[in-house]
Amino acid sequence: MTTGRFGPYGGRYIPETLMGAVRELEEAYEHWRSDPGFTSELDALLCGYAGRPSLLTYAAKMTADLGGAKIYLKREDMNHTGSHKINNVLGQALLAKKMGKTRLIAETGAGQHGVATATAAALLDMDCEVFMGAEDMERQALNVYRMELLGATVTKVVSGTGTLKDAVNATMREWAGRMVDTHYCLGSVMGPHPFPTLVRDFQAVIGREIRAQFFEAEGRLPDAIIACVGGGSNAIGSFYEFIDDATVELIGCEAAGCGVDTPRHAATLAKGSVGVLHGMKSYFCQDEFGQIMPVYSISAGLDYPGIGPEHALLHDADRARYVPVTDDEAVEAFGYLARTEGIIPAIESAHALAFAMRYAPRLGPDKSIVVTLSGRGDKDVAAIARYQGVALHE
Amino acid sequence: MNRITEAFSGKTAFIPFVTGGDPDIETTEALLHTLAEAGADIIEIGIPFSDPIAEGPVIEAADVRALSHGCTVDDLFEMVARVRRSVQIPLLMMTYYNPIFVYGAQRFCERCAQVALDGLIVPDLPFEERDELYEVARTHGVTLISMIAPTSSDERIETIARASEGFLYCVSSLGVTGERSELGAAARVMIEKVRRVSSVPCAVGFGVSTPAQAREIAGFADGVIVGSALVRIVAESGRASADDVARFTAQMKAAIS
Repeated sequence: MTTGRFGPYGGRYIPETLMGAVRELEEAYEHWRSDPGFTSELDALLCGYAGRPSLLTYAAKMTADLGGAKIYLKREDMNHTGSHKINNVLGQALLAKKMGKTRLIAETGAGQHGVATATAAALLDMDCEVFMGAEDMERQALNVYRMELLGATVTKVVSGTGTLKDAVNATMREWAGRMVDTHYCLGSVMGPHPFPTLVRDFQAVIGREIRAQFFEAEGRLPDAIIACVGGGSNAIGSFYEFIDDATVELIGCEAAGCGVDTPRHAATLAKGSVGVLHGMKSYFCQDEFGQIMPVYSISAGLDYPGIGPEHALLHDADRARYVPVTDDEAVEAFGYLARTEGIIPAIESAHALAFAMRYAPRLGPDKSIVVTLSGRGDKDVAAIARYQGVALHE
Repeated sequence: MNRITEAFSGKTAFIPFVTGGDPDIETTEALLHTLAEAGADIIEIGIPFSDPIAEGPVIEAADVRALSHGCTVDDLFEMVARVRRSVQIPLLMMTYYNPIFVYGAQRFCERCAQVALDGLIVPDLPFEERDELYEVARTHGVTLISMIAPTSSDERIETIARASEGFLYCVSSLGVTGERSELGAAARVMIEKVRRVSSVPCAVGFGVSTPAQAREIAGFADGVIVGSALVRIVAESGRASADDVARFTAQMKAAIS
């Protein structure tokens, strides 16, 4: 078995053509991750450009209204480009630059990772091509234009289901044909080693900040950390710092779409089984013959049939638990946070909020939970209006 | 000698690929007979997969057609069992790893042995990950074919070549499967490196579509693998593709003889 394993999960299940590229990336990452020049350059970008540290906001009205645990919001929505994606992208883009690459390619679902990648490419003078499923381009038309504004080329992926997994397929194919000058800036804690480790390390800043900010506010550790999970990068970024703190409950919220008892969901851990796709062994929504099933969520960012391998291990080891949240619950939470706290969350993040709204009242007022708001919801406003049958004239 | 390796003795082997179940099982079954009669030395049968990341658009579309008609691994095993009554050349399955993993490697290899499939090509199971399939395949007399690519380092090529059995699949160029107007010199260089450490037959695939290309490759390789060009014929002629496939196979065979 190779390195890059999380228990039995992870690994490097990719065509031979790509092996050279991932090994090159692994070696570069091993070299640069501990290079003081690299880390200080990245810190400077995170603080001086992306806006870190992001706030930890005490949601006083929500806490009072729900009548249970105190609720804190980790405000990744406040980052430049509007989500946690920028943390990983700045790390990878800087690394790619050090490797002498001049071009970034990326997959995107909701468009947040594509926008972040296009942004980093603009900043660091790199070419950028983003692959996006045809259906997602429809759902997130504004983000498509945003990427183009930033100088990126957006390539429509019509194969398969026209969503995130097909965008990953297309980006891997592109990379297999052109790796000398191109880095695949993968957007989540998935794919072949070293991506799940590398992306987690770049996102772990979220949890490190939570620890320090929460300690400052409450003088102790939080009782639970709740985050939404598609591939799982904002969740692992929030969880990683606390894995060894057994008293901190870690809860990932999967997209249950129309419900886990319907065929229209993306609840990988609730309904999936172990398989191998996109370079990794993990859980996937698949049929008895290993064909990947079409998945569905109102949220393009959670509309993925797999989950990062480290989450698979945390799930098996009972260190984190994963709960399904439906479209309806997420849409309800989306509106609730807007009305209650004056914050419009990304529909992805609204899945975590929805569970927090269910969970906080079950805990006493002496408990505190942190919900990671992975992104802001401006991109979702039109889609939510459609979902609720509101006619908008844009 | 392994029956796969034997197929290379005294000639350059012609190794066609067809996507199983495209457009239906009956057509694939008929095509296997056609290919064998027209002179194929080994045949690769592709198990259609929902997410074929190493395939170009031609084979991906074939996978979609096959899956849309409900083709399963079990259907393909049953079809191979029927074909085996008269076709004696080596038959390989080319499949992504997930259909094997989910079926269960043990059970999958048992079925291969029952229907006398000779080997497996698994493009997303690189050398470092092959242990979880290699032993169980070997136990059942199923050969796991190794692959090298133009991006493989010299050290990797040597390691993989030394450990390879049956034949070594040499990926001609970067990117995915599909016809290419020009094939790089990369395959020739790779095979020279293999020759320093191993006498395993080397077959070249990815991008080979014309008799002229096949002839060029036959000048330095032991076998020529043709996928997308054949799958395209099936895409265009569907259930009536037998004559075109036979003609194409005969042309390719003549070009490398």
